[in-house]
Amino acid sequence: MAQPRDLEADLIASMTRFSRPFFLLVGFLLAVIGFAAYAWVHQLRDGLVVTGLNRPVFWGIYITNFVFFIGISHAGTLISAILRLCQAEWRRPITRMAETITVLVLFIGAGNIIMDLGRPDRALNVFLHPNFRSPLLWDVTSITTYVTASICYLYLPLIPDIALLRDRLPRRRWFYGALALGWRGTPNERHRLELAIAVLAVVVIPIAVSVHTVVSWVFAMTVQPMWHSTIFGPYFVVGAIYSGIAALILAMAVLRKTYRLEAYLKPVHFKNLGLLLLVMTCLWTYFTFAEYLTTFYGHEPDEMTIFWAKLSGPYAPYFWTMAACCFAIPLVILSLPATRTIPGMVVASSTILVGMWLERFIIVVPSLINPRLPVPTSGYTPTWVEGAITAGAFAAFLLLYTLFAKVFPIISVWEVEEGRQRGIQDTVERLTTYLPEGEAPPAPATKTAWEWSR
Amino acid sequence: MEGLAYSRRSFLARALAAAASLALFRRLSKAEASVRQAPGQAVAARPHRWGMVIDLDRCTGCQACVVACWAENNQPLPSPEAHRAGRIIEWMTLLPSTEGEYPAVRQRLMPVPCQHCDRPPCTPVCPVFATYKNPEGLVAQIYPRCIGCRYCVNACPYTCKFFNWSTPTWPAPMEAMHNPDVSVRPKGVTEKCTFCHHRLIRAKEQAASDGRTLREGDYVPACMQVCPARAIAFGDLDEPNSAASQLGRSPRRSLLQEELGTRPKVTYLAEA
Ligand code: SF4
Ligand code: SF4
Repeated sequence: MAQPRDLEADLIASMTRFSRPFFLLVGFLLAVIGFAAYAWVHQLRDGLVVTGLNRPVFWGIYITNFVFFIGISHAGTLISAILRLCQAEWRRPITRMAETITVLVLFIGAGNIIMDLGRPDRALNVFLHPNFRSPLLWDVTSITTYVTASICYLYLPLIPDIALLRDRLPRRRWFYGALALGWRGTPNERHRLELAIAVLAVVVIPIAVSVHTVVSWVFAMTVQPMWHSTIFGPYFVVGAIYSGIAALILAMAVLRKTYRLEAYLKPVHFKNLGLLLLVMTCLWTYFTFAEYLTTFYGHEPDEMTIFWAKLSGPYAPYFWTMAACCFAIPLVILSLPATRTIPGMVVASSTILVGMWLERFIIVVPSLINPRLPVPTSGYTPTWVEGAITAGAFAAFLLLYTLFAKVFPIISVWEVEEGRQRGIQDTVERLTTYLPEGEAPPAPATKTAWEWSR
Repeated sequence: MEGLAYSRRSFLARALAAAASLALFRRLSKAEASVRQAPGQAVAARPHRWGMVIDLDRCTGCQACVVACWAENNQPLPSPEAHRAGRIIEWMTLLPSTEGEYPAVRQRLMPVPCQHCDRPPCTPVCPVFATYKNPEGLVAQIYPRCIGCRYCVNACPYTCKFFNWSTPTWPAPMEAMHNPDVSVRPKGVTEKCTFCHHRLIRAKEQAASDGRTLREGDYVPACMQVCPARAIAFGDLDEPNSAASQLGRSPRRSLLQEELGTRPKVTYLAEA
């Protein structure tokens, strides 16, 4: 950009502009959610008989969604906390988007568990009669902690921006005024805020890791074949971060277009996240390979039944789509600089999200449909109710995200501003501390290595 | 400041919660251990350890036990649709078992109730204590507390828990024929074989009113009572002279998936 852009003005303009497409989108999402609500009422009235679940496939799409959404939640807080702690300057315009994904998606994930319960009316029993030996209760504990911590972690950096909006948008003053907690932006306030954010960033990382570890333990703590795996904890965490980054890239690409944020979300942000995504592709592939190879080599009959059901049996289409979506396609797109562009990355992120959903699905269902005893099975075909509720879950996330971006700045104004003012100076200072002591700064080279090599 | 105070408090709260759950875990494990060590106590106070023996060499696969169980325990009438959808409830169920290898293959039907494991993998996973092992070793379900998450169902390696996908129904005259000793389960909860626990309560009451202790044969589950081939025996496994514990020492004995360490209390007898 030739002249410096005013982020504040740009964001406020997009927050107060309610265009036709916006209303169309909200209307459409509300319609999907309404249909899901109708399906849920149906399910509440008749019971889970309206789903495709049966004996022995007692868990299906709802649990898949739960694991998937909780996985996405690692986009946010974890990524943004790591980037903040590493003082990666390029994080500034993307942390808010990531943290918002986390908070919203956690509620959607927990909601899917409620959908799965036979007696949602008794859900509070987990607080009234908690059995701390149950991995499901570990889940409840770690997810509640994570929700609380991520809400704080989203809210604290929002305070200066809310105060800004309080002063800029008089018509919404009643709302922002209350949320701004009387923020005036004195150096003292700033100092405390930064300290609090730094502490939370440290705290939130182990919590996030615990969340998906515990989700995996719901499966791994049983003795069921291909669930009872010691690597499930880290495997799930890696998958979670993987799908989380993919979701973040998609959100960035969409917001960049619709909110015209090209000046702030630059190709370099996508490139950096793309490299992170490439690392996660390799890690995920490594874990998947390790998991399946050890199963195959051990050749335990009960496990092999499930192994072959996935690789060449009824679940092979899902398995190989997953392999293409999570491994082959992203690996190619992300390794080649020619395709590591924004559209390329959008494609890779979309396939990764599809692939990761499938991965969760083929962890849950094939193990259940091949029990150890020869119980008669009748397959698992999800019904329209499950489809509608799943669509509703996605729509609810999109709706909440859209509304959030209308109410709060989706890019942290003060942090970007801070980066503009202090970023360069801070980085130079930091770099100088890396250099050996007592030497004069190196003189600019007459020729770069690259030029010599030609 | 907000954030600082919050995180310090949350850390303390989490540490406390962790300590509390550790204490709870240890208390629970000890409670179970004390139940296991019970034989050391006085004879009168010794809890029974109920178990079943099923002789596959006697079993004809007639399914009388399945029907008896179904009527005794108010299980919903299995409809063809429910059967097609894989949603019938059948606490006692016959599973095919193949023995030997070609050409000497032998197929039999094996009655499989809940194995009432001494180390059940299904009970610790319940988030709300709605399934537990009682002091007499019976693994029980608490219907009014169950939230229907089906975690215990999936954790059972014998697939012997059942879920109420819908409100159970019976055709008109049968609704009036429920067993009054057994509660009818609402939709959305998990259930399974109870070893006819209500019959144990009956037997104990009877013995108490007769002024005596429980005798062998007082407590007989419905499946055993009807089996025309007398393939099922039932009794206290800790009582060395009971039929169940004598048969349980037979060289033909085996446990289902013994290698999983669940210590089932249902023993199968079959010629090797
Ligand atoms: S057989 Fe299954 S349901 Fe019965 S006690 Fe064992 S694990 Fe639990
Ligand atoms: S289905 Fe019921 S009994 Fe089983 S684990 Fe869930 S709450 Fe407990």
